[in-house]
Amino acid sequence: MIKNINFLGKPSREKFNLFVPIGIFLLSLGLIDVTLNSLFDVNITSFFPRGLNYFTPLIFGFLGLYYLRIEFSGNKMLDKLNININSNWFNSILTLLIIFVLIQNIPPLLNWLIIDANFVGTTKEECTDSGACWIFIKIWFPRLMYGLYPSTELWRINTSFIMLITLVVALFYIPIKLKKYLIIFLIFVFPFIMFNLIHGGNFGLEWVETAAWGGLSLTFIISIFALILCFPIGMFLALGRRSSAPVTRYSSIGFIEFWRGVPLITVLFMASVMFPMFLPDGVYMDKLFRVIIAITLFEAAYMAEVIRGGLQALPRGQYDAAKSLGMGYWRLHMLVILPQALKLVIPGIANTFLALVKDTPLILVVGLLELVGMIDMAKTNPDWLGFATEGYVFAGILFWIICYNMSRYSQRLEVKYKTDR
Amino acid sequence: MDTRGIDFGLRFLGEEASFDIQFSLIEYSGASSYARAYLVGLLNTILVAVIGIFFATILGVIIGISRLSSNYLISKVSEWYIEIFRNIPLLLQLFFWYFAALRALPLPKEAINFFDIAYLSVKGLYIPKFVWTNFSVFLYSIVAALVAIFFVFKYARIQQEKSGRRIPAFLISLGIFIVLPLLTFLIGGVTLTFEHPVLTQLSKTIFNYIGGVAIIPELMALAAALSLYTATFIAECVRAGIMGVTKGQKEAAASIGLTPGQILRLVVMPQALRIIIPPTTNQYLNLTKNSSLAAAIAYPDIVLVFAGTAMMQTGRAIEIVSITMLTYLSLSIAISIFMNWYNKKIAIKEK
Repeated sequence: MIKNINFLGKPSREKFNLFVPIGIFLLSLGLIDVTLNSLFDVNITSFFPRGLNYFTPLIFGFLGLYYLRIEFSGNKMLDKLNININSNWFNSILTLLIIFVLIQNIPPLLNWLIIDANFVGTTKEECTDSGACWIFIKIWFPRLMYGLYPSTELWRINTSFIMLITLVVALFYIPIKLKKYLIIFLIFVFPFIMFNLIHGGNFGLEWVETAAWGGLSLTFIISIFALILCFPIGMFLALGRRSSAPVTRYSSIGFIEFWRGVPLITVLFMASVMFPMFLPDGVYMDKLFRVIIAITLFEAAYMAEVIRGGLQALPRGQYDAAKSLGMGYWRLHMLVILPQALKLVIPGIANTFLALVKDTPLILVVGLLELVGMIDMAKTNPDWLGFATEGYVFAGILFWIICYNMSRYSQRLEVKYKTDR
Repeated sequence: MDTRGIDFGLRFLGEEASFDIQFSLIEYSGASSYARAYLVGLLNTILVAVIGIFFATILGVIIGISRLSSNYLISKVSEWYIEIFRNIPLLLQLFFWYFAALRALPLPKEAINFFDIAYLSVKGLYIPKFVWTNFSVFLYSIVAALVAIFFVFKYARIQQEKSGRRIPAFLISLGIFIVLPLLTFLIGGVTLTFEHPVLTQLSKTIFNYIGGVAIIPELMALAAALSLYTATFIAECVRAGIMGVTKGQKEAAASIGLTPGQILRLVVMPQALRIIIPPTTNQYLNLTKNSSLAAAIAYPDIVLVFAGTAMMQTGRAIEIVSITMLTYLSLSIAISIFMNWYNKKIAIKEK
């Protein structure tokens, strides 16, 4: 088909000076058409019959790219373009479609997000309809971060998180010898300090009930506690699943498969409505703790499977060598097997943690309001109706930054701890 | 438990549920029993899981393949698609589609019209309803066609192994699949008409479509969120699978004279599938479990209907939460048994 309409002949190196200008001209015609259409709502090809003029930029661009497709043209830029986005007619159409879709959608999106958006002001009335109303986020920001935590006590949350960040950063810079102690401190002591600081009730700190906790800080609190708790449980379950004692093995398998087979939402329901019925009279357990325990057990099952993958990947020789040195079961696992197995599954562990962070918004079904839950509350506030989109976009960007960086970090760790076998 | 005066039993399942469910695949009214409500919820869960798995697989395969495209733009766009949709919590995506994107659709009066066949508005997507006569005849013809196709493929294989002659089995089966059901229209007395949705004035200001099949916005939002989210994971599985087939395999296939289509179909895909299936199974399981997020946007799935409304009314937390968990457990086990069977079927048969 191309042959019949192409009266100039096949694009070739000999006629470089003829084809390249024609190609560039046609391609830019297509691009300009779409750009004008998207930015100024002007259609320069409106003289074509309706229906056809919708496809004109595609046709121009397609012909343009066809004329530019000169093999071994000698021009480095052009060769690179041809190899990467214009290797055959199918690729050129896809390239054009992607470029056109981007040109069509990015300017309106930027308009809404930044250019036409409202940043200054304190009330809903100061927002115009044309863009996003970030005033909504600005006013609700403390709530989105700290939930209903009393505003005079916010320093307690800030302090504990600043301490946590400082300690984690310090971990990278202190000498190896001290590192071990810092890690032990971080895992076994620090959570209690953090909890005490936020929860209060002693050392002269005012008691803040857990129902008032919320926002992004609650997401982190739950994730940190669940991670620290689920790791050892998952490790024991993984060892249990590989144990030779049938009782241990089958109970571990049953436990793991049960938690992996049910959705988190039902686990949360179980923790919030079913579990209290099994508690003896007079014993009350805070809802937040029940939820943390539920999430911990849930994630421990996944963690167990990840660690089991690492255990299975180790060659038998490692076990045999350790046994021949006279090591018992625990020494063998703690000193030889687990350090190697855990190193192998660092990406898996990071993925489990990522899944945990992404799962925390679900706690809103049992009435705990972390970031997404707070946005749900803010958007139904009579003074601020109609800003659901801004809220979700904001939360989405926040979560994306957190999760994306975590997955990036886990990829880096994977490269760093790669030991060749 | 006895001290609290809680009795335990499943008798409540037979009692009248006396609540309405907005969307149901089977007949249901307030007078139906709790067991019936449970069934409605279960079917709605299965419906959204099937729809989600279907679209997530298609999208995931497309994205996974384009991630490996030689076209720089395509592979970058798919990479960013994966990075964006994978790193935002599913619940947030669900809320975005339901509360932000679908609420921005026009009212039924100004609904988006797809060639007078389907109408998309804030009340949902309205599509024509199929009205069949003698539907069973049509169904039998489909079954007959499938059986015939099975034998055609078997015959083609035997012929190829015997004499090396290739029979265009795919074309023949396509023919059978089109011709047999068509014949039922001509001689089997099967007719198919469409009941179109009609815009009707319900009150002074309220318009809505009546008739046809209504796909409620909750279902659309849930299906969209689940498939867009799960597709990113499936895409990574597909990419890993295709990358796992060594280059030598493709070169060897090319050197014995297979066409590019045959190389993909006979050499690359069978090997890639072995790598792709097990992690994809996990994604299907995750999707099914994630469909329980439906409760957060009030799509009447099993969690909302049974673990939500029914539990509030009867107060039987232990029975209801246990039944719900067992249901999901059985769904998960069913999917993994099926996928394990399929995986075993395509696994390397070592002699």
